[in-house]
Amino acid sequence: MKLSWWKWLTVALLLYTVVVGLLSEVPRLAILNETIRNLYFHVPMWFGMILILLVSVVYSIKYLRNPLLKNDIVAVEAAKVGILFGVLGIVTGMEWARFTWGEFWSNDPKQNASAIGLLIYFAYLILRGSFQDHQQRARISAVYNVFAFAALIPLLFILPRLTDSLHPGNGGNPGFNSYDLDSRLRAVFYPAVIGWTLLGVWVVTLRTRLEVLKQRFYENA
Amino acid sequence: MQKDFVLEWRQKYAFNGMLLYVGSTVFICYLSFSLRFGALEVPVWNALYWIILLFTAVNAIAKGFAQESRGRLLYYYSVVSPQGVIVAKMLYNAALMLVLAVLCFGFYAVVIGNPVQDVPMFLLTILLGALGFAASLTMISGIAAKTANTGTLMAVLSFPVMVPMLLMLMKMSKNAIDGLDRSLSLDEGLVLLAINMIVVTVSYILFPYLWRS
Repeated sequence: MKLSWWKWLTVALLLYTVVVGLLSEVPRLAILNETIRNLYFHVPMWFGMILILLVSVVYSIKYLRNPLLKNDIVAVEAAKVGILFGVLGIVTGMEWARFTWGEFWSNDPKQNASAIGLLIYFAYLILRGSFQDHQQRARISAVYNVFAFAALIPLLFILPRLTDSLHPGNGGNPGFNSYDLDSRLRAVFYPAVIGWTLLGVWVVTLRTRLEVLKQRFYENA
Repeated sequence: MQKDFVLEWRQKYAFNGMLLYVGSTVFICYLSFSLRFGALEVPVWNALYWIILLFTAVNAIAKGFAQESRGRLLYYYSVVSPQGVIVAKMLYNAALMLVLAVLCFGFYAVVIGNPVQDVPMFLLTILLGALGFAASLTMISGIAAKTANTGTLMAVLSFPVMVPMLLMLMKMSKNAIDGLDRSLSLDEGLVLLAINMIVVTVSYILFPYLWRS
């Protein structure tokens, strides 16, 4: 098996995240207790999602400047992986919220914002599905992708800061960067973010290669 | 650009249709609510108003591109720049939304009752809302008009994009209804302006790509 260095790095980082994340000592905090380990799985999903959606937007812009089929394929596959990360993020978050806030869904602004973000990207996939012509589909969905991402920025970064949230770090809850994210958590958290994001990139490259091969196959068939 | 405005203005039947749409929606809301309670609670009043306006906006602006005949689009294409078209459409839609929103407010106040304590502030909110709705929906309607099932896609594409705006608007108009101090609404107003700026800029940049097809 020949893998380039960053794929080995991904495997190593994720193994480290899972093993050390589940076995190491964590700070004891009221309410959070052991669920603080979700920091290694839930939070990196959002980092990964935003970075991979950013990749998608960059390739959409690239497509608009230079209409190559490959740019469009990367954009749509990255959007799909971003959606997958978003769904996983919501599921891990809801599971965690069940034990700390008492309910799966407690009308938290961040929960709502992430649900709306996912709706935007589901709409993107539906938009793609409604075109017959390849080029038109690629161009118009690229336009929508950029537009939707611009609309997503206030949703994810401005709105939650204006309202109180149940999330750690908001509304007087113990914060993310303050006293309680000590060095033991950091030692696993940062590798976890890098690891999950790289895994996302890996999936995108695989899916892109598969799609390109499929296209080539249909053209020759 | 002005010519575009005039051309749109000629299709008055569409405008009258929208007026009737607003009127009948408000009346249906009145009938379906007032049969059970006398007056609406303030949060319900507020939410209902913006939801009526949202649906009116989607319906009114969806027509913007879908209604144009192929020949006329081709004519625009050869005469004016895409930036001119999008700016003209946005201005027209903003004006249309403003008229519809104010009329809707008037009719709504007459039929269902008017709990608003700070009317100038409420009108400012309506102005910001009309601008925001027009800006984001114009671009979306341009996208949706290219597809086969325009109606569904218009709703699916626009609702998630408009939610942040709608939340801000509702909060701001709630403040105006309760007659709270105006400085409290400053944050929401600024965020709304920022969102509008982002949307307008992005539409301005992206529209030429959409226009080409």
